[in-house]
Amino acid sequence: MALDKTGIARRIAQEMKDGFYVNLGIGIPTLVANYIPEGISIEFQSENGILGMGPFPIEGTEDPDLINAGKQTITALPGAAFFDSAMSFGMIRGQHVHMTVLGAMEVAQNGDIANWKIPGKMVKGMGGAMDLVASADNIIVAMMHTNRAGESKLLTKCTLPITGVSCVRKVVTDLAVLDITPQGFELREVAPGISVEDVRNATEGKLIVGDNVREMEI
Amino acid sequence: MIRKVVKDAKEAIVGIENAMTCMFGGFGLSGIPENSIQAIRDNGVKNLTCISNNAGVDDFGLGLLLQTRQIKKMISSYVGENDLFEKLMLSGELEVELVPQGTLAERCRAAGAGIPAFFTPAGYGTEVAEGKEVRWFNGKPHILENAFEADFAFVKAWKGDEAGNLIFKGTARNFNPLMAMAGKITVAEVEELLPAGSLDPNQIHTPGIFVQRIFEGVNYEKRIENRTVRPKA
Repeated sequence: MALDKTGIARRIAQEMKDGFYVNLGIGIPTLVANYIPEGISIEFQSENGILGMGPFPIEGTEDPDLINAGKQTITALPGAAFFDSAMSFGMIRGQHVHMTVLGAMEVAQNGDIANWKIPGKMVKGMGGAMDLVASADNIIVAMMHTNRAGESKLLTKCTLPITGVSCVRKVVTDLAVLDITPQGFELREVAPGISVEDVRNATEGKLIVGDNVREMEI
Repeated sequence: MIRKVVKDAKEAIVGIENAMTCMFGGFGLSGIPENSIQAIRDNGVKNLTCISNNAGVDDFGLGLLLQTRQIKKMISSYVGENDLFEKLMLSGELEVELVPQGTLAERCRAAGAGIPAFFTPAGYGTEVAEGKEVRWFNGKPHILENAFEADFAFVKAWKGDEAGNLIFKGTARNFNPLMAMAGKITVAEVEELLPAGSLDPNQIHTPGIFVQRIFEGVNYEKRIENRTVRPKA
């Protein structure tokens, strides 16, 4: 069966390594924070100016001066730090943040990502996404494999205006885990009960299937 | 000590004129100069170019100046929380320049730091790069971005003193210190205005040299845009 959003978040959480500073985008990526494996220390950065972001506040303690990049009220953990937006993006462009997880509308087989604009329909702006994808070494995309119309979001080439060029490393969807390689989308894992054929049918871009595709453990 | 304290927002915005470029600190509704925005609305000045990460919501923040059609052009990174904004943009009443958030911050910082332009990797290969010079450094492409120019910068701090020194609170800091550096005239409104000597010089975020006018704001609403909580145990 295909994973739900929580399942995608759980699988991405397995990519975290001890000592990582991580930036999580809005949507499914935000959920990743709930599933960090035991014994691993991670610090979350939010680009509006906090390192050491904690969970949502207990009802009644929310603070308008303490929000994340999704404008949600949050808390600061012991050891947290606040800073201005230029320093925040210094951390990001300067590659001090080890991993970035973000959502996408489309990913191309060369690692291009589109997630900020649908011409004529949605023009909300890129926020920090272009800065994040331009610099980070380790970009993981969390998204559904197909859109609401059932069309593949893993493409030969993006059809929407792109956010960054050849920047995505890994894609985790409701169906599969795929690495971006010079040859295309290399299938690493399938969701429980999903076949390689299911993934192939849902992938418009070039899919490479090696001998050691395994089932996700979540 | 150089005199910077003004009575209120009305006095703080003296000299603002039609078609000026103004910066507004804040991220979402956090750390926005509420008093200055209301004074600009009451003043009625028009055709402003506003540089701000966001454009407020329909009835608060810079949304107030959109309602009154005082803004000709917005320069922002994300404007998705405002229906009126979208309507004005699609009808062509409002010009919009969307800028990657880190580039927006750096263009403010550069403006205040005497750096006329800089190269950044953000936006290379996208619409944002159209018409901009590309140079390769360390094997990676970068695009040339210019510093902003702003007639006024309106910022909001938690505490300030009569010398114009500012301390921000939490994530309400965001763009405020950078815009404070960038304004030809920087107006700081603070929740608490203290005599010089009251703030520890070790803890100052924005030194007073960047602030030309300062006042203690009133009636802060500090609206929360997206209240998320855990239930009490």
